[in-house]
Amino acid sequence: MKMDGGHIVCECLVREGVDYVFGLPGGACLPLYQALPDYPHLKHILVKHEQASAHAADGYARVAERPGVCFATSGPGATNLVTGIANAWMDSIPMVAITGEVSTNLIGRDGFQEADITGITLPITKHNWLVLKTEDLPRVIKEAFHVARTGRPGPVLIDIPRDVLATEAEFYYPEKVTLRGYKPYPKIDLVEVKTAAKLIMESERPLIMAGHGVILSRAYSELRELAEKTQIPVITTLLGISSFPGSHPLCLGMPGMHGMYWNNMAINSSDLILGIGMRFDDRVTGRLRDFAPKAKIVHIDIDPAEVGKNVRPAAAIVADVKQALRELVKEVSPRIRAEWFAQIQAWREEHPSITIRETSKLLPQYVIRKIFEATKGDCYVVTGVGQHQMWAAQNFWFDKPNSFITSGGLGTMGFEIPAAIGVQFARPNDLVWSICGDGGFQMTLQNLATIAEHNLPIKFAIMNNSFLGMVRQWQTLFYEGKLVATPLCNPDFVKLAEAYGILGIRVKDKVQVESAVEKAMRHKGPVIIDFQVEGEENVFPMVPPGASLSATMDLPKLEEAFIR
Amino acid sequence: MNNKHTIIAFVEDKPGVLNRIASKWRQRGFNIESLAVGISETPGLSRMTFVVDGATTDVDQVVKQLKKLINVIKIVDITDEDMVSRELALIKVSANPPARSQIIEIVDIFRAGIVDVSKDSLIVEITGDEEKVNAIVELLQPFGIKEMVRTGKVSMLRGGQVSASLDEEEPVITD
Ligand SMILES: Cc1ncc(C[n+]2csc(CCOP(=O)(O)OP(=O)(O)O)c2C)c(N)n1
Repeated sequence: MKMDGGHIVCECLVREGVDYVFGLPGGACLPLYQALPDYPHLKHILVKHEQASAHAADGYARVAERPGVCFATSGPGATNLVTGIANAWMDSIPMVAITGEVSTNLIGRDGFQEADITGITLPITKHNWLVLKTEDLPRVIKEAFHVARTGRPGPVLIDIPRDVLATEAEFYYPEKVTLRGYKPYPKIDLVEVKTAAKLIMESERPLIMAGHGVILSRAYSELRELAEKTQIPVITTLLGISSFPGSHPLCLGMPGMHGMYWNNMAINSSDLILGIGMRFDDRVTGRLRDFAPKAKIVHIDIDPAEVGKNVRPAAAIVADVKQALRELVKEVSPRIRAEWFAQIQAWREEHPSITIRETSKLLPQYVIRKIFEATKGDCYVVTGVGQHQMWAAQNFWFDKPNSFITSGGLGTMGFEIPAAIGVQFARPNDLVWSICGDGGFQMTLQNLATIAEHNLPIKFAIMNNSFLGMVRQWQTLFYEGKLVATPLCNPDFVKLAEAYGILGIRVKDKVQVESAVEKAMRHKGPVIIDFQVEGEENVFPMVPPGASLSATMDLPKLEEAFIR
Repeated sequence: MNNKHTIIAFVEDKPGVLNRIASKWRQRGFNIESLAVGISETPGLSRMTFVVDGATTDVDQVVKQLKKLINVIKIVDITDEDMVSRELALIKVSANPPARSQIIEIVDIFRAGIVDVSKDSLIVEITGDEEKVNAIVELLQPFGIKEMVRTGKVSMLRGGQVSASLDEEEPVITD
């Protein structure tokens, strides 16, 4: 059948099983928008800034376990997507961004609202395409979804000139993708699996470090089986949180810059680190040359380029995590390591790391614990970036797989609102809490209008400390307390909520926390709670930037060092 | 010591592909010493030869990161293979009458050629490995090199084997 490019795009999206797209129209992509009413199953969610469309698609993709889709127009629409695409790139999130482009006759001539978006997004996409012929659209879209979702997932972008969208062509959706240079699934090397198994069996002080790859591969049960069979404790990186049950006796929580003291000590003493679907990021390793000085490393990752990038493994299994763990678990047997467990336990007792101090003040950690208690952890938690993110990672125990949605690699403030939109659309019947910073909340809050429009029952908990808190913490600790550009002059968040027709609740006192959380959960629609928390609370433990994990400061030690 | 790596890549002959490759080099801070690109024996595929200094750049990463590009069909580090490497240079040398015969002598020794002659200059064409080209450049220097262009190295394995047997790794299509 003959149809215009706009309809062809919609046909393809429907065939790819897309139900929601997030976007905002403009001249260049109008022929696409005008086709939407003919596809009622393709629901378009209008955001108020394109950054939000990318983050919403990202949040959607994380929990729906399929590519998120966002639309933007050419030029400023497309460039507004960039932060969201970069975020998806750093966290390996499958996403298909579709942008309108100026007409082919204007490309390269600085046409009105022309931006070289394929050039701009080259380093932050797995691949991108500028489609110059309408008849190429089906093939390109098919390829785009394939590339986004297979192998190590990631964002892709399709840039479509206005005339290509407006021109008619015969529609035919290809069944197969042929991309000669794309090899998403490396062949597993069983010799390496055997070597890895041998190293595991020989080790006295092993640790598993589980990352986002476990979640992306949906290898929850495989990870659990391996940990339980070998009796190796599991550390979860920031993005690995919820890949392994937080309440499991073998779960040790987060390592690294704001990781548990016992984890950083354990990494320092370990003789074998089994990194699974993680990439030894600097926030995890601390100073790289001091990382795990006594350990051999076994690295499991689907991306060959991650192997040897930051650390040199003694064995590397380059494969999908699920497949790798299935093979590995066959080769290992149980082994008791009582001394090692006792040692970790001793560190834990010596430095409990996340005890919340007794005070009548309203502490952000306390608020997060109360949300955890009220939800019993049965919810999705979305966060922004900063102190509140770290407290959420530390004070919430995630048993539900893939329930912690956070911007890890890019650390994008403003993720907390639009990502929650995507999560709620993907999981309409689940409870979604968004733990926000007062700074980050203001980066994307125009999208509250979208939340109100669709009555999305997201519960926003703003940890309002009147600071760009995490940066303020660095200034306090490492710049003699010189607070430059971090104090915030905030609006009245309750009034703001009301302006959008959203229920706003203010909490100034510790005693009000529980009732506010309960009220929010009882309320059918969206809620914004303005928790006016203690302003200058610091996140601990902390490894000073650039220092090694052995330099982890925990509260007692810190009091000697800094609070004089 | 010499830690230079010679890498050959077969890439799709499509607009923007060189840009994608160069973007990776730039973004990841890979230092590329020379680059030569041209069509290959397979229609639709270009062949690149490039040289990386292993002392300043993680060669393993160069290969692995480029392999991730969809337009890169095949990439191999052939440094340790038995290969033939050549580079071509055109060198415009000042050549007043007294110097001329000396230059011709040098050109003969190197089995180079003279491809253009004018009143006060000559263009010398030389093909050889890097050392040979460097050597003639050094000898011509005293006469005054007005201009020089070098293609960068191209390499091919000796013997019957094909530099990168393209069908050894078939794409896995799973969808
Ligand atoms: C878009 C963006 N800009 C700047 C930063 C740097 N940054 C990291 S944390 C932080 C402070 C965040 O403040 P807030 O959202 O109030 O959260 P808090 O740390 O107070 O919990 C800043 C500015 C960032 N991560 N993202």
